[in-house]
Amino acid sequence: MSVRTLRINGIDVAVESGTSILAAAKQAGITIPTLCHLDGVSDVGACRLCLVEIQGSNKLLPACVTEVAEGMDIQTETPKLQEYRRMTVELLFSEGNHVCAVCVANGNCELQDMAIAVGMDHTRFPYRFPDRDLDVSHPQFGIDHNRCIFCTRCMRVCDEIEGAHVWDVAQRGAAVRMITGLNQPWGEVEACTSCGKCVEACPTGAIFRQGSTVAEMQRDRSTLEFLVTAREKKEWTR
Amino acid sequence: MDLAELLAIRQKERDRQKSTRIHCCTAAGCLSSGSAAVKAQLEAAVDAEGLGASTEVCSVGCMRFCGRGPLVEVVSREGDREPILYEQVTTADAASIVKALKGGEATAPLGDRNHPFFARQFPIVLENSGKIDPERIEEYIAVGGYQQLYRVLYEYDPAEVVDEITRSGLRGRGGGGYPTGLKWATVAKMPAGQKYVICNADEGDPGAFMDRSVLESDPHRVLEGMAIAGYAIGANHGFIYVRAEYPLAIRHLQKAIQQAKRYSLLGSQIFGSPFDFKIDIRVGAGAFVCGEETALIASVEGRRGNPRPRPPYPAESGLWGCPTLINNVETLANIPAIIREGAEWYAKIGTEKSKGTKVFALTGKVRNTGLIEVPMGTTLRQIVEEMGGGVATAGGVKAVQTGGPSGGCIPASALDTSVDYESLTQLGSIMGSGGMIVMDNETNMVDVARFYMEFCRGESCGKCIPCRAGTVQLYQMLTKILNREASEGDLERLEALCYMVRDTSLCGLGMTAPNPVLSTLRYFRQEYEELLQPATGKR
Ligand SMILES: Cc1cc2nc3c(=O)[nH]c(=O)nc-3n(C[C@H](O)[C@H](O)[C@H](O)COP(=O)(O)O)c2cc1C
Ligand code: SF4
Ligand code: SF4
Ligand code: SF4
Ligand code: FES
Ligand code: FES
Repeated sequence: MSVRTLRINGIDVAVESGTSILAAAKQAGITIPTLCHLDGVSDVGACRLCLVEIQGSNKLLPACVTEVAEGMDIQTETPKLQEYRRMTVELLFSEGNHVCAVCVANGNCELQDMAIAVGMDHTRFPYRFPDRDLDVSHPQFGIDHNRCIFCTRCMRVCDEIEGAHVWDVAQRGAAVRMITGLNQPWGEVEACTSCGKCVEACPTGAIFRQGSTVAEMQRDRSTLEFLVTAREKKEWTR
Repeated sequence: MDLAELLAIRQKERDRQKSTRIHCCTAAGCLSSGSAAVKAQLEAAVDAEGLGASTEVCSVGCMRFCGRGPLVEVVSREGDREPILYEQVTTADAASIVKALKGGEATAPLGDRNHPFFARQFPIVLENSGKIDPERIEEYIAVGGYQQLYRVLYEYDPAEVVDEITRSGLRGRGGGGYPTGLKWATVAKMPAGQKYVICNADEGDPGAFMDRSVLESDPHRVLEGMAIAGYAIGANHGFIYVRAEYPLAIRHLQKAIQQAKRYSLLGSQIFGSPFDFKIDIRVGAGAFVCGEETALIASVEGRRGNPRPRPPYPAESGLWGCPTLINNVETLANIPAIIREGAEWYAKIGTEKSKGTKVFALTGKVRNTGLIEVPMGTTLRQIVEEMGGGVATAGGVKAVQTGGPSGGCIPASALDTSVDYESLTQLGSIMGSGGMIVMDNETNMVDVARFYMEFCRGESCGKCIPCRAGTVQLYQMLTKILNREASEGDLERLEALCYMVRDTSLCGLGMTAPNPVLSTLRYFRQEYEELLQPATGKR
């Protein structure tokens, strides 16, 4: 094992080579905001919230998919990053239909937490009020497309942990949409094992258990991590 | 196939060709203005005049002056007569053109090869375009085709080929201008094993048709370039990723690959050497983002064409995780000429840091539209005013847009800029793949910016938030400005969001989508301001 030493927000850190900046920061006790990252599944670098500044580079780099290098000098909280993060969250809120007061995830929502973390009290961008629908054809679960932020966490857990690959992204640009099967109603997708991993993975109120009422949706994200550890390291106890 | 056989084909084809060739452009531009019917009439007229023994009518690729198409050129192989170019030829003109061979006058307008449109051109990539029949490999062989592949296989080590390309100074013509030799060297240095060459023929920029034209007019040149690249980097398999909107280019490519295979110029043990190389075509469904290299690779693999973060770069981990060289059509089309004439020859053309020539699709409000290939360092003024003949509307040229949706607008005051990678970047635009759109004084620059934003908004893959949602908001802000509903604050927000989308997007599409806005803000800010509401005034 080779070790890399680097600096994050002025703190010296030594981590194994091949570690991501995100993981290295975590080891140093620094939290970098993320939405699309989920422990246990691959990273896609899509939400852009984990961007950091690295001395000597004029590009902002996503901490989740950038490996540490010897001598890196990283800043995670510059005014520019804070401003961009806030704009990113504002863009997310104006893109979907987020009325937290009537949402199953109210109080247990990573998007909501992020808004609080970046200090967003309103969005400077006009709401777009897209016309999106709801699919409750599955006997146990449902998806409210209005609250989806396209982090693709559901897709990746289903594909990489459950191995069912029920979820996919259809269309592009503003029209993107998470689909189940080949754009069938979720309830008709035979590949779905009803394992509920997507429900655990979803950071927002988009995928929910039917019957959950407002602000009731609790998630146990550690189940997903547990499953991955179990499979990779053959540790079957929590 | 060995060299003697190749030379025999070349000789046989030269013997076969008749002394007078009537070249009729049947590339997409002229086809759309009816050149197929013209060609049929020309053939009928040759028969009717009994000239069949000495005269042939040939389909050829683009002759460049597409704005004056259909173009027909009468060429004497003995060189005893100057070639005669005809413009805007109709079926009614065909008979008279053939009759003119026996004396008499053709009714079609005469073209002029000394026209300023042609005078500054320096065809390398387009050297055979409009001269050979792209559907006959023999014609490519007759002008020396595939001889450079032979030479490379028998006279060069792979490393020497890479070195030759490096010394030529060639840079990627797909937009970024990355040094081609360096890219080849990187893939060549990866451990031996399965490697791939990809030719990027996606060409999604609105207004651009350079790559299409090369594929339609001289497809073997690209195949030869790919095979040479394959030899240099140690790949035995190539893919051409071409958009479905280019049916003629696809047809010519398919035919070219078949013919090359039949002559064993592609396949195993090419020219009896240990080098194997095959080429497959992949047809893209026409998403701009699929021109981005990682998205393109995903698409070739049969997955959704989403970009992924780089590194790893394709040179390290590309198609199916293997080292992959990905080059643009025009980049690859330069290769045979560089090998033939040598790196020093190529490096003498162009400027200090931008060597060689660049093909542009000159369109917009200029009088003369079409394809041009000029040495790097030619000024925009020479292109727009001399070659393009300026604009017809009063007030003249207002701006030149280069680089399409990733580029920007260069104001008329900067027309004396030399066309090279650095100068254009300094002006806030880019070389891009070669779309060049000339705008006149009637053009509203805010509207232009909005046009490109609308394009990016529709073409964003939707994977990352700044591009997916940011382009929508930018588009809406531009609309608000155009509707005279925006305030000073909206303009500030527009600018701030431009920087955010540029700095935080995942791939080049989002990173460059704000460029048309930022460049028009830089040079034509008052046009934005004139549309704003007074700060205190009510709406
Ligand atoms: C959104 C986007 C679209 C692109 N489209 C094309 C294209 O149509 N053709 C092309 O050759 N390169 C395109 N590129 C650039 C390619 O990703 C890549 O850099 C290029 O093919 C490399 O070849 P070169 O080094 O020969 O230029 C595009 C890049 C982006 C970000
Ligand atoms: S998903 Fe989160 S942010 Fe959206 S409405 Fe529900 S609680 Fe609010
Ligand atoms: S449904 Fe949930 S997990 Fe899936 S993409 Fe949307 S927000 Fe992410
Ligand atoms: S920048 Fe645009 S095109 Fe590129 S990954 Fe992001 S959403 Fe997709
Ligand atoms: S967590 Fe890195 S981009 Fe989303
Ligand atoms: S297409 Fe015929 S001259 Fe260009």
